[in-house]
Amino acid sequence: MSVGSYVRDIVDTVKSVFEGMSITFSHLVRRPMTIQYPDKIPVPIQETLPHRYRGILEVDLDICTGCLACERDCPITCITIGIEMDKETKQRKFTHFDIDICKCMYCGLCAEACPTGSIRHSQEFEGASYNPAGLVRHFAPQPAPLYKPKKGGETDPKLAEKVDIGLKYLDEFATPEGGAAAEEG
Amino acid sequence: MQAYLDQLIQEGYFAGMPKEAVYAVAMVLVAFVVLSVFVAPLAGVTSWLERRVWARMQSRVGPNRVGPQGILQWLADGIKNLLKEDLIPAAADSKLFSLAPYVVFMGFLCTFVVIPFGSQLIVADLNIGILYILAVTSLVVVGILMAGWASNNKWSLLGGMRSAAQIVSYEIPAGLSILTIVFLAGTMSMQGIIKQQGWAPWDWFLFNNPFTFAAFFLYFTAALAEGNRTPFDIPEAESELVAGYVTEYSGMRFLFFFFAEWGNLYVIGAVATTLFLGGWQVPPVTSDPLLLGILQFVTFFLKAYLWVFVAMWVRATLPRVRVDQLMALCWKYMVPLSFICLLGTISWMLFVGSGVKEFFSIVLFIFALGVLVYFFKRVVFQIRHAKPELYFKPQI
Repeated sequence: MSVGSYVRDIVDTVKSVFEGMSITFSHLVRRPMTIQYPDKIPVPIQETLPHRYRGILEVDLDICTGCLACERDCPITCITIGIEMDKETKQRKFTHFDIDICKCMYCGLCAEACPTGSIRHSQEFEGASYNPAGLVRHFAPQPAPLYKPKKGGETDPKLAEKVDIGLKYLDEFATPEGGAAAEEG
Repeated sequence: MQAYLDQLIQEGYFAGMPKEAVYAVAMVLVAFVVLSVFVAPLAGVTSWLERRVWARMQSRVGPNRVGPQGILQWLADGIKNLLKEDLIPAAADSKLFSLAPYVVFMGFLCTFVVIPFGSQLIVADLNIGILYILAVTSLVVVGILMAGWASNNKWSLLGGMRSAAQIVSYEIPAGLSILTIVFLAGTMSMQGIIKQQGWAPWDWFLFNNPFTFAAFFLYFTAALAEGNRTPFDIPEAESELVAGYVTEYSGMRFLFFFFAEWGNLYVIGAVATTLFLGGWQVPPVTSDPLLLGILQFVTFFLKAYLWVFVAMWVRATLPRVRVDQLMALCWKYMVPLSFICLLGTISWMLFVGSGVKEFFSIVLFIFALGVLVYFFKRVVFQIRHAKPELYFKPQI
């Protein structure tokens, strides 16, 4: 080792330590990247999530036609739907509509297959529960009738609103082409 | 204190007790009070502050939930560690294993005997003060080797051996840079060294001549290495040795090692302040002894704590060095440089006239100010370069 390189080593060390310390010091006056979830945030975290965020599945049973497309499409059969005929009214109705969130892998195939957009991903992701059974979501606690789409559009204003939401979801979220087109447009 | 005890004995408070027993009990009591009132909160708050400072330098937040801004985090950690199981491995040498943390802790705590917090506020102004500090901090090596050996674990033993090699090596540049000050001051007493300096920065030994200026940084680096601080924390390098010599420790024994490490940080700052930065010297503003004492204590504490902050800052900046790099840095660079500083200071004392000396002190002081100004210009440049979102408040 020559004297020149020895001195250069020392100068390099001092310089790089000096420069590095100026960088770390500048971080003292920067805002930390950390989001102090869940309490010290200006708006609930669900509202800041991206547009097509795939949270826990939710089902709007009022506009579910009972086609079972989601149940068939689910790769891990986390959706179980029971439908039976009501003998008095001669109408089919749900006996149960359960989604096991423990099993769900958030692939979104069910939401894409749904014709009315009644099953969809919510912005909810906080699924903590004391036991696995608590993570099974029961969407039909009481037997409920199936939804029958009417020719020429929905007339009941309450249902019409829900149908619109479902179709909008289908267009923007569940159909990749539609979503992409919407973003480009 | 002895005079006060003598007076109490004269007045008959401890009738029938031997004088030495009274002294011993008083010493244990004072040690207990100092430990629980000053040292423990100091080490604890340092641990919290280090985590906060470190976090902010890495764009994180750090512990801020226990108490206002997390300042009671250290109490929570301490209670947690007290409640944990005190595990002694079956194959370990249980007596040495239990003893080791206390030896490390002793080595750190004994230094507080000679740290001068004010002109009156010192436990014992030994005439070999600085030598005493070098001697008792070497106890830490024994404790770490004991811990490494007694754990009966490869990682622990390697960590202990590395630590011993490191501390013994870095004692040399540290000792040599301290020696420059001992030569300048002509005394090894801590109070004596401070009394040789003035309150003004150009009267400090730091700016006495270019060699002491370099010696200060050599001392600080060597002291960081002796305290097993990042970038020299190879004895407990997580990526290689799990946790080095503390691998097998749990609960309060584990805490004692870190208690010593964080407390030691303050000792490093205090020794640097005493030797180079004018210690408790304050401008002559008041003659009230109590007020003066408080002022001196605050001055000393702040000066020492500034270097604790710098140590945190270095830890957040530099990556850990390799073992061979560590030894190369010590033996190839720091030992020769500290020898040069020693010889340079001696020649300075012999050959340079007093007028030139004073002129040079002021020039050095202005140079240091210039470096500081340039540093902050670099900081501003870094901020402009990165265009971050600024946040000046310390709390979040």
